[in-house]
Amino acid sequence: MTKKIKNLNLNFGPQHPAAHGVLRLILELDGEVVEKADPHIGLLHRGTEKLIENKTYMQAVPYFDRLDYVAPMNQEHAFALAIEKILKIEVPIRAQFIRVIFCEIGRILSHILNVTTQALDVGALTPSLWGFEERETLMTFYERASGSRLHANYFRAGGVHQDLPAGLEDDIGNFCEKFPKVINDLENLLTDNRIFKQRNVDIGIVTKEDALDYSFTGVMIRGSGIPWDLRKSQPYDCYKQLEFKIPVGKNGDCYDRYLCRIEEMKESVSIIKQCLSKIEKGPIKSLDGKISPPPKKDLKQSMEALIHHFKLFTEGYRVPKDEIYTAVEAPKGEFGVYLISDGSNKPYKCKIRAPGFSHLQSMDYLIRGHMLADVPAVLGSLDIVFGEVDR
Amino acid sequence: MSNLLDLEKKINSELTTKIKKSEIKHSQIFLEIDKENLIDVTQFIKTHKDMRFRQLIDITVVDYPEQAQRFKIVYLFLSHEFNQRIILSYLINENEVISSLTSIFPSANWMEREVFDMYGVNFKNHPDLRRILTDYGFEGHPLRKDFPLTGHSEVRYSEEDSKVVSEPVKLEQNYRNFDYKSPWEGTKYIKEQTENNDKKN
Repeated sequence: MTKKIKNLNLNFGPQHPAAHGVLRLILELDGEVVEKADPHIGLLHRGTEKLIENKTYMQAVPYFDRLDYVAPMNQEHAFALAIEKILKIEVPIRAQFIRVIFCEIGRILSHILNVTTQALDVGALTPSLWGFEERETLMTFYERASGSRLHANYFRAGGVHQDLPAGLEDDIGNFCEKFPKVINDLENLLTDNRIFKQRNVDIGIVTKEDALDYSFTGVMIRGSGIPWDLRKSQPYDCYKQLEFKIPVGKNGDCYDRYLCRIEEMKESVSIIKQCLSKIEKGPIKSLDGKISPPPKKDLKQSMEALIHHFKLFTEGYRVPKDEIYTAVEAPKGEFGVYLISDGSNKPYKCKIRAPGFSHLQSMDYLIRGHMLADVPAVLGSLDIVFGEVDR
Repeated sequence: MSNLLDLEKKINSELTTKIKKSEIKHSQIFLEIDKENLIDVTQFIKTHKDMRFRQLIDITVVDYPEQAQRFKIVYLFLSHEFNQRIILSYLINENEVISSLTSIFPSANWMEREVFDMYGVNFKNHPDLRRILTDYGFEGHPLRKDFPLTGHSEVRYSEEDSKVVSEPVKLEQNYRNFDYKSPWEGTKYIKEQTENNDKKN
């Protein structure tokens, strides 16, 4: 008698701790080998793009915090740059430094979360306990600058919302002195760890060609050996004045991507240090009263300030008819905003290009032929956050 | 080619009639083409030695409901080698079917699914054209301009039926869409209101 063997369909998620959010992954298994993966996304779809079309430019900023919620300000940055380019406004140099400092803090936040949870997925608990302590410190910096730990709503077209409070620059400087030690501790736990290497080396290999074809950006493309970073190749704000290296992987596997993230954190620390040494006192947002609101104390004295304030917080500013695509190097890859303005106070169309979307799409290609236990490892190294994938 | 002007010239001289319009704005090239030439133009800019636009960054649609050709399909390309971006676009009617780029760029798969989901644009030769972001059993195409912001249906957990039920949207207060045009630019609603009042009287 012959037995018929059928492939097993396994439903991974949407409630699974290793799915990094609400991913429903339908896996077709032959024994323990994955034959096919079909990610079902959209469980966190909130219609951000539709909502932005119905809000003024200033009201649209908080929606960007809610995309990749582990590095909120990096996304606000892309939107602010898009508006600035259309309106052709200059950003004061202090504001540029503040924005870069907080973008790099966002990068560290995101990379700590990713590296430590990836370790958690393959069985190491301690890194996440150590890493999250540092994230807490970084989020306090967010809070002191913007008033909230996560949904900052801090970047504006033309600068940032308000100046840094007294003492914050020093505290960020102190953090930069201490943090490299924490990275070293994390590396001691993971980099040469036998189990961590067994689970990550040669898993989920991406060749150079495929990294291009599958629209990979950020660490995913650098892990495969293509030195591409928008901060270097298409510099925005003050990145031109800063010196930093682009870590590149060799084999394109999960382990190389982990190493890239660790190195990028070290580079980020050095970028923040450079910014802190170069930053000077000065205005923190565009001085054009038609774009950025006047200081609160002027409202009692100046008629013009009062009018500007009223107009900005009811109608908002108008953006001339134009079309633009701007991208920034977010921690996860190229985060872009394709903005179409029609001369009114609301965007006509705002398409958000999230790096995670194209990375997750390659799940089927990456995981085919791997074991079931490799699914969390590959998923972890893709660095998926569902806020941005589903939008 | 790393010079934007040279690149634009090169594209125009090589593809001649296939390019309807080209423009340089914000240091990016904006190309307008015809729907039929999509595959040719994409293939050319991907493979030509002076272009090498090896990455498809995104596909999206802009909806202009008042135009005869309603949808503008937009493709964003990136060339690592020459550090340039191209934004390719063409117009189509509401029910037109367009070619899929999945054979040239595998990453077009989900991007086209998203376009199909959000705007209802159909692709031919797409391996797996399903909805992607909206719920199972969703109807309509949310990013079209004529789709209301509040949507058509809302879901809740029903205690009586012990399951999630979908119902038409009930709003305590209508969505308030303020008209920010100043009276000098000509608001439409005042005129309409007075006309309606006249009829009532």
